[in-house]
Amino acid sequence: MKISREDVLRVADLAYLDLSEAELETYRAQIDEILEYIGKLNELDTTKVEPMAQVLADDQSADATLREDLIVPCAVADEVLHHAPDPEPPYFRVPKVIER
Amino acid sequence: MAEGFLTPFGITGLAGMNMGMTTTIRAVAEAIAGKKASAREVAADFYKRIAARNSELNAFLTLCEERAYRQADRVDAMVAAGKPLPPLAGVPIAVKDVISTRGVRTTCSSKILSNYIPPYDATAVSRLEAAGAVVLGKTNCDEFAMGSSNENSAYGTVQNPAAPGCVPGGSSGGSAAVVAANLAVASLGTDTGGSIRQPASFCGIPAMMGSYGRVSRYGLIAFASSLDRIGPFARTVADVAMVLKTIAGRDPNDSTSTTAPVEDYNATLDKPVKGMRIGIPKEYFGAGMDAGVREKVTAGIDLLRKLGCDVRDIQLPHTDYAIATYYIIATAEASSNLARYDGVRFGPRVEGDSLISTYRKTRGAGFGAEVKRRIVLGTYVLSAGYYDAYYLKGQKVRALIARDFRNAFGQVDAVVAPVSPVPPFKLGERVNDPLQMYLADIYTVTASLAGLPGISVPCGRVGGKLPVGLQIIGPAFGEAKVLCLAHAFEQAGGASL
Repeated sequence: MKISREDVLRVADLAYLDLSEAELETYRAQIDEILEYIGKLNELDTTKVEPMAQVLADDQSADATLREDLIVPCAVADEVLHHAPDPEPPYFRVPKVIER
Repeated sequence: MAEGFLTPFGITGLAGMNMGMTTTIRAVAEAIAGKKASAREVAADFYKRIAARNSELNAFLTLCEERAYRQADRVDAMVAAGKPLPPLAGVPIAVKDVISTRGVRTTCSSKILSNYIPPYDATAVSRLEAAGAVVLGKTNCDEFAMGSSNENSAYGTVQNPAAPGCVPGGSSGGSAAVVAANLAVASLGTDTGGSIRQPASFCGIPAMMGSYGRVSRYGLIAFASSLDRIGPFARTVADVAMVLKTIAGRDPNDSTSTTAPVEDYNATLDKPVKGMRIGIPKEYFGAGMDAGVREKVTAGIDLLRKLGCDVRDIQLPHTDYAIATYYIIATAEASSNLARYDGVRFGPRVEGDSLISTYRKTRGAGFGAEVKRRIVLGTYVLSAGYYDAYYLKGQKVRALIARDFRNAFGQVDAVVAPVSPVPPFKLGERVNDPLQMYLADIYTVTASLAGLPGISVPCGRVGGKLPVGLQIIGPAFGEAKVLCLAHAFEQAGGASL
């Protein structure tokens, strides 16, 4: 077994996911099987291989030039707040964050 | 209005009857330029078709008639003023619901975005509209583009118009279905591990993903940022080429979009393919391929030989590790990209007694099972203690897979392979075994990981009924070559093999 119930709970905490008991067990079993399968990557010796972090790294036509530091108008606040779950313009209202 | 009146597109208005001939971009362009139909009439014709078939297919989630008719009227005003028309003037298009459309509900087929209205258009959408295209609506897909059958949508499954009772494929099942059913002339889908190529294959139409970086991802609601691509479905390879050319190109809003110029794919479509070197990777033809699929793909390769292509065997030795690599990288990136769905700024909120519990409840309730599974897996492979063993390892194997292709393209111009090891399967047949579903992505995840362009072009039907696609993969930014080969294949009767 590669992943325990506690592992799934810990990860669900990290990912801010509420999972039911049934979900917990189902995902645990399925992910266990998947991790078992993924273990086959250990058959490969990759000690001398550079990780491929960017797809266009070797491509000469990638352009990572930064744009000019100019202020550009961006008047989206009204439209964005209009569709928020609990807006109090210009804020998004949320439950209390800091406990005293 | 008289029922059943004849338009340039066939007989419309009678539910259940043949809803008109296949419509191509050229047919619409000629009708509008020749003033045989107005753009408004074309849009209305397509909305009638949609009304007749969408409740059965469930391919469209949202229709945007107001926006569509406004655009159609703009095109008609240009016609009336005698102005030159842009290349897609009046052409009805559908857009996958993971792509942002300003003012039009965009759900990613998820409950967590059930009421989300984007305040901006994706670049691909703005470019289509700048070219005159009429966006009819948003198509159903697997939730957050995670799936291979459109059975992971929070808004119901999609019927395959080309194979009744079967899945349309996924995740862009809706985008494939609407074109296959002639409810749109073309559509936009997205491909992360096969989600354009596989539904195209299952629905019997051509569709393509350009190289990573060919089309801007600005406005594409992210699943896996190093893998996601937007690409077109259409009735013909020529139409796929035209839509791809329209949406491709550098976008300052997407720094991963390439500065490489966009070629005129249609201008080179008819270049002769005689002498083109085609690589057949032996790793893709092992056990596990359905016999019917094998027969059709083999016939497809024979057709390429008849066209004068130099077909040869190649090796892509790390193929067997591609699924494991993909499901580490894609889920890891997804766990990060989906962290933003917290009920604070958009989407429905399930209120808890604290901010954290609000996040937990909102996400627990709003995401479907496949999405949650992938978030858990992705978070796990990135977590402390496991990052090196999984994510870093995955990135290294990804480099090996990309290298396999680079080596192959030193000897061949294109790689040809199946799209799916199985033909379209019945709805509900494969929902209980996620790993089995993942394994069926074997032929498509490789080009995704390597950043290469790939097309699926129709290649006959198993038993005369179940569509099969032939995959053509090109070198980085080799879209023109891929399209040229696909076009020759199509013109030589590939679909009727």
